[in-house]
Amino acid sequence: MTKSALAAEIAEPDYLHAPTKFKGLFGWIFSTDHKRIAILYLATMMLFFLVAVILGVLMRVELFSSGRTIVDPQTYNQMFTLHGVIMIFLFIIPGMPAVFGNFMLPLMIGAKDVFFPRLNLFSWWLFLAGALTVVVSLFLPGGPSDTGWTFYVPYSIRTTTNVIPALAGAFILGFSSILTGLNFITTIHRMRAPGMSWFKMPLFIWAIYSTAWVQILATPVIGITLLLVTIERLFGIGIFDPAMGGDPVLYQHLFWMYSHPAVYIMILPALGVVSEIIPVFARRTIFGYKFIAYSSIAIASVGSLVWAHHMFTVGMSNTGMFVFSLLTFLVAIPSAIKVFNWIATLYKGSILIDVPLLFVLSMIVQFCIGGFTGLMLGALAVNIHVTDTYFVVAHFHYVMFGGAGFALFAAMHYWFPKMFGRMIRRKPAMIGWLLMTVGFNMFYFTMFILGYLGMPRRYYDSLPEFLPLHRIASVGSWILAAGIFLVVANLFISIRRGAKAPMNPWGGKTLEWTVPSPPPVENFHEIPSVITGPYDYSEYEKPEAGE
Amino acid sequence: MSKAAAVSHTHRDDEGSRIGMWLFLFTELILFGGMFIVYAVYRFKHFDEFRIAGAELDVFIGTLNTLILLTSSWTVVMSIAAIRRGKKILSMSLLSATIVLAFFFLVNKYFEWSHKIAHGIYPKSPELMKKPAGEILYFGLYYMMTGLHALHVIIGMIILGFMLVFIARNVINQDSFVKLEAGGLYWHLVDIIWIFLFPLFYLIH
Repeated sequence: MTKSALAAEIAEPDYLHAPTKFKGLFGWIFSTDHKRIAILYLATMMLFFLVAVILGVLMRVELFSSGRTIVDPQTYNQMFTLHGVIMIFLFIIPGMPAVFGNFMLPLMIGAKDVFFPRLNLFSWWLFLAGALTVVVSLFLPGGPSDTGWTFYVPYSIRTTTNVIPALAGAFILGFSSILTGLNFITTIHRMRAPGMSWFKMPLFIWAIYSTAWVQILATPVIGITLLLVTIERLFGIGIFDPAMGGDPVLYQHLFWMYSHPAVYIMILPALGVVSEIIPVFARRTIFGYKFIAYSSIAIASVGSLVWAHHMFTVGMSNTGMFVFSLLTFLVAIPSAIKVFNWIATLYKGSILIDVPLLFVLSMIVQFCIGGFTGLMLGALAVNIHVTDTYFVVAHFHYVMFGGAGFALFAAMHYWFPKMFGRMIRRKPAMIGWLLMTVGFNMFYFTMFILGYLGMPRRYYDSLPEFLPLHRIASVGSWILAAGIFLVVANLFISIRRGAKAPMNPWGGKTLEWTVPSPPPVENFHEIPSVITGPYDYSEYEKPEAGE
Repeated sequence: MSKAAAVSHTHRDDEGSRIGMWLFLFTELILFGGMFIVYAVYRFKHFDEFRIAGAELDVFIGTLNTLILLTSSWTVVMSIAAIRRGKKILSMSLLSATIVLAFFFLVNKYFEWSHKIAHGIYPKSPELMKKPAGEILYFGLYYMMTGLHALHVIIGMIILGFMLVFIARNVINQDSFVKLEAGGLYWHLVDIIWIFLFPLFYLIH
């Protein structure tokens, strides 16, 4: 595909060991190298992810038996708020673009860095500042916010817990997300290698591109909304207060105008990762490249118009409900197009079973379950029945964790050799994958049943008839958590003890596999010129060349 | 140092920098867009009360501020035109004029706000709470939106101040003025938002 393979043989320190302006930690936190910034994001994000996992496990322990088990109701409320805020704003929204987008985007389009490297570092600093602001709320008198991650008014204006630090943290994190998106769009427009036309870009780049647009166009809305709640708390201008003529439902509209598109910030890059991994492990050219590329754009644009399906029960005109329900059904079409194309790619492929593909396969099944239950929720009649129950919680965990989260782990295992120059030890990874898949489905599928039977979300306690199902879910959550910790521990151990990774361990055809593992600071000695599309497996597809 | 300079030279792409700036301006517009939605909803709900409250603002001071901002946008454009012709001193004086005009805008805003506050109209004031809901919301939005705009004026002044330093140090010069263009674009954004705020609060009765 390129000529740079030869040049890469020349010994040059990789980005992990190259001399930097500052020594030690400062060499990282002041580095403008997109690869180092990606690792910074990865480290901070993983830390917060594990904290939120522990919070989740503790909540499941609390629900294991009736009455008080380990914490009191107020602490429980603060725990689910913190779990939500961390998972959404600190893990899954920045996760894929900031870590893998940052690391892989320049490599995959044949560039030496992103367009604004210093802005990129500034984004990470903002991310850290936002994260610390959220953490500060834990230690101020009053304790962390107990509003749920949605910060619904009027409660978020009345509660005495520290809502403002949480809002300010989310605001700063949003700003960081906007700057990352802006950087990526400019990079993709201006820095593609010669010959890489739009339709020769890897599909992950298409996904990152669509995501970046959602990041910059949707995030400001949550910015102003959170600012309004802050002003409301500080000065009481009455915008969301019915006593002064304000409308609390307006808050929900503004909130979901961002937060529904944000769902696509979380899932689109995940879908992009799946589109990368499947052709490599099936040894086949991706089926329907253009359809997958356009479906990313379609999901991003239609997905921006469906926000009020979160609010079917708060009071809306019938026309409004009908339109939002219809649009919600429409988003399913581009999502399904992707799934069909992945399956068509796997069909008759020379499939190589390895850890990244296993995560991807779990992801596809779970994403489908999450998607279909999303359609059930989009249907007006069913929605009224299951609003604010475990059904909703199970649905979004299937999409966010079963989909985006599993894809993130797939990406981690797929690109780990490139990022750290080591192979991941396969056996613990496979056991971890098995535990995660079994635990995940045991946990959240049970929640679907609980929700359909009427178990409301965010409740501290449950009726006795729900207890057996709660116990199954709790055990599932522990298996899932065991799997997560095994996988993460294995990643850490593999950084030191894994076998040395070759340049292209999986047989990938995209540009990041044409540079050494780990890549040198400048990525490419000479900017490659691109001739073929990103997934050229024609040699495997000839009948005589079967593997 | 020489290597870093060489790298930055090869990476220079003014078109890309402009794309980045425009994308950022989109986000700013949408930030205010959220406020305009809130305004539209409440104006629709409390049509008459918004009219009555709107009549209480001083159209003269609003018009004056509009003229000040429009003039300041003109001086920014002229400042870019001057640097393109290599007239460093002229460019710097025009830019300084912009900052001074921005300062006048804020002074007017200060008098306007303190006048209202002296009359007992500020969030949660006893005077305001006696008024009907629509007027409370009107003044809530007035303080929120003009306040957010004033914050952007201050940020704009800081940005233009940096530009002034860059011109003085020849970082911005006849061949490389994309930074100044970006600063100018930001200033126009501040201007354009005011162009919408002015009729919405002062003129529509």
